[in-house]
Amino acid sequence: MAIGLAITNLDEFTYGKSPKPIKCGRGVEIGNGRVIPEINFTLPPIDINPETWPEVLRQYSEMITGICERAVALGSSGILVEVETLPPMTVNPSWGVEVSRLVADKLDYYYEKRQLHSAFRLTPNDTREHQRPPRMRSGMYWDGMKEFFERSGEAGADLISIESTGGKEINDIALMDADVHALVFALGIIAPRDMEFLWREIVDSCKRNNVIPAGDSACGFANTAMVLAEQRMLPRVFAALVRIASVPRSLVAFEQGAVGPSKDCAYEGPYIKAITGSPISMEGRTAACAHFSSVGNISQAVCDCWSNESVQNVRLLSGYAPTVSMEQLEYDCRLLNVASQTPEDGRKMRDWLVASDSSHDPQAYVLRPDVVMRISKTMIEEDTPYLRVRAGLRCGLAEIRSAISANQLTLPVTEMKWMDRLYRQIDSLPNDETEFIEMMLPKLADAPWIPSEYGF
Amino acid sequence: MTDLQPLYEAILEGDAATAKATVQEALIESIDPQELLDKFMIPAMDEVGRRFETNEYFVPELLISARAMKGALELIRPKLADKGAKPIAKVVIGTVKGDLHDIGKNLVAAMLEGGGFEVIDLKVDVSPEQFVQTAKEQGAQIIAMSALLTTTMPGMKATVDAVNNAGLHDKVKIMIGGAPVTQRYADEIGADGFSENASAAVRLARQLVGAE
Repeated sequence: MAIGLAITNLDEFTYGKSPKPIKCGRGVEIGNGRVIPEINFTLPPIDINPETWPEVLRQYSEMITGICERAVALGSSGILVEVETLPPMTVNPSWGVEVSRLVADKLDYYYEKRQLHSAFRLTPNDTREHQRPPRMRSGMYWDGMKEFFERSGEAGADLISIESTGGKEINDIALMDADVHALVFALGIIAPRDMEFLWREIVDSCKRNNVIPAGDSACGFANTAMVLAEQRMLPRVFAALVRIASVPRSLVAFEQGAVGPSKDCAYEGPYIKAITGSPISMEGRTAACAHFSSVGNISQAVCDCWSNESVQNVRLLSGYAPTVSMEQLEYDCRLLNVASQTPEDGRKMRDWLVASDSSHDPQAYVLRPDVVMRISKTMIEEDTPYLRVRAGLRCGLAEIRSAISANQLTLPVTEMKWMDRLYRQIDSLPNDETEFIEMMLPKLADAPWIPSEYGF
Repeated sequence: MTDLQPLYEAILEGDAATAKATVQEALIESIDPQELLDKFMIPAMDEVGRRFETNEYFVPELLISARAMKGALELIRPKLADKGAKPIAKVVIGTVKGDLHDIGKNLVAAMLEGGGFEVIDLKVDVSPEQFVQTAKEQGAQIIAMSALLTTTMPGMKATVDAVNNAGLHDKVKIMIGGAPVTQRYADEIGADGFSENASAAVRLARQLVGAE
């Protein structure tokens, strides 16, 4: 059954405010009028093993202490801290729990002693793809993930997220060939099936452990396309369409009970916010420490948390990099929050963020709030992820075409030929999902995936 | 006599059917397969690489050309073998231990195949021992490693060390690549070369085995 948009008025589609704000952690409110910084950090190159484990813990302690000290020094009104574990910490959940607990204990300390408000997002890895082809619903990797979810309360998490990878094995093929049919099969058929399975498990586990199920990210799908486009390996217009195609898949987490804030690297977040009303975390120019992107400002336009993606614990002139990131995020949020003290100024700030990026790249253009609302509306008029992906792609390509015609978007000459190629592929997607599946299964017979893991 | 220019154009445009049909016609007419390879097929792939490096082509175009090349190559390979011709070199390729990212590695593998190398793909999460053992068993001349994560880069050094410890480094050249990898890192760990992209990897491989 078709649903409506949670945000129907463009003036109300802005940063810091969402229809369904959440309270979490140590006095933090997200989406209730203020943008808060979300800080993420990781280790410099190091082999993680029992011998290096004490050094791993020392580095995490150093990073979170530096972050909290800087947040206190700047008088931050609240921070969201994310630990995205490294794969060995999910394969061996006791390691992941130990690192997380260390971070949570520090946050408790700074809340009690220094009145720093904070919440803690724990993001275990989706390690199922460690086995090729991946087994999605059984085996040692899935067992490790389930154990970690179940121990998230013990680990001190307030929120849990994941960058899940179901369907990535076909998506990778689709990206390499710019094959829209394979892309739609990955993001419209099998990824949503896995999301439904995975997020039912996560939400159930969260209920048992009093943790908030926050949301997923299509990082392995759409961010891979974005990075490949940045490296001039893929047309940017195709990467923009991959982003749109990832929306119905990420939406499944919310249909299963996730409430936000969605993951920072889920650049599909604005669509999730428009459709569900849940708060979102976003990253952009402050994530330049992690990767290049062409959406550095526009990604901030409707965010509720503002993130740095991740930064390694390396020494800079003013301190360690996570501490530096904390400062940058805090100042960005201050500016946004001062601007939004009057709605007109808040909208002006949003519109400047949008205008500064949207004409340069189709990936930025499809994050324009008005475009997001139109494409989202078209998608949710359909009932299934497949039909939503198809509708989103059609609408998205039409939006990009119109923008080029109206000189609102420039596209390099080398990409113009791709507009027609992509149109032909999208136009040939059948109305009937069963027909599409029957068409695709033989084509993917030799692909590195196990159909039964997705219910085929 | 068959006009062979369409073979060049077909590989350049990724038209596998035309590439294979042209090769088949040429073979029926007893045209030297080495001539097909040297004068039309490899130059076409070189042009594909050039267009990729100058941003005229994207990866999908590069891959479709590589597939057309592979299809045509499969037709002439038995003939080349009959004449005693060998691939430029054997390359053992893989993503290092702990790392599952294989897009870049797959591109390099496809381009190396298209460039006339025999490629033994060990896929992802490859241990130093696997690289060394396969290189020994297959008599490879090159080990090519990829890593996307800074946390898995040490796997490259471990593999270089394993190659040295096995006394293989005088027979096998080591090339590395991946987003966080640099020439400086290659120099630090004792690798023989670093490549920034798939097309340059083919040139590097040729240089390493003295084929260019």
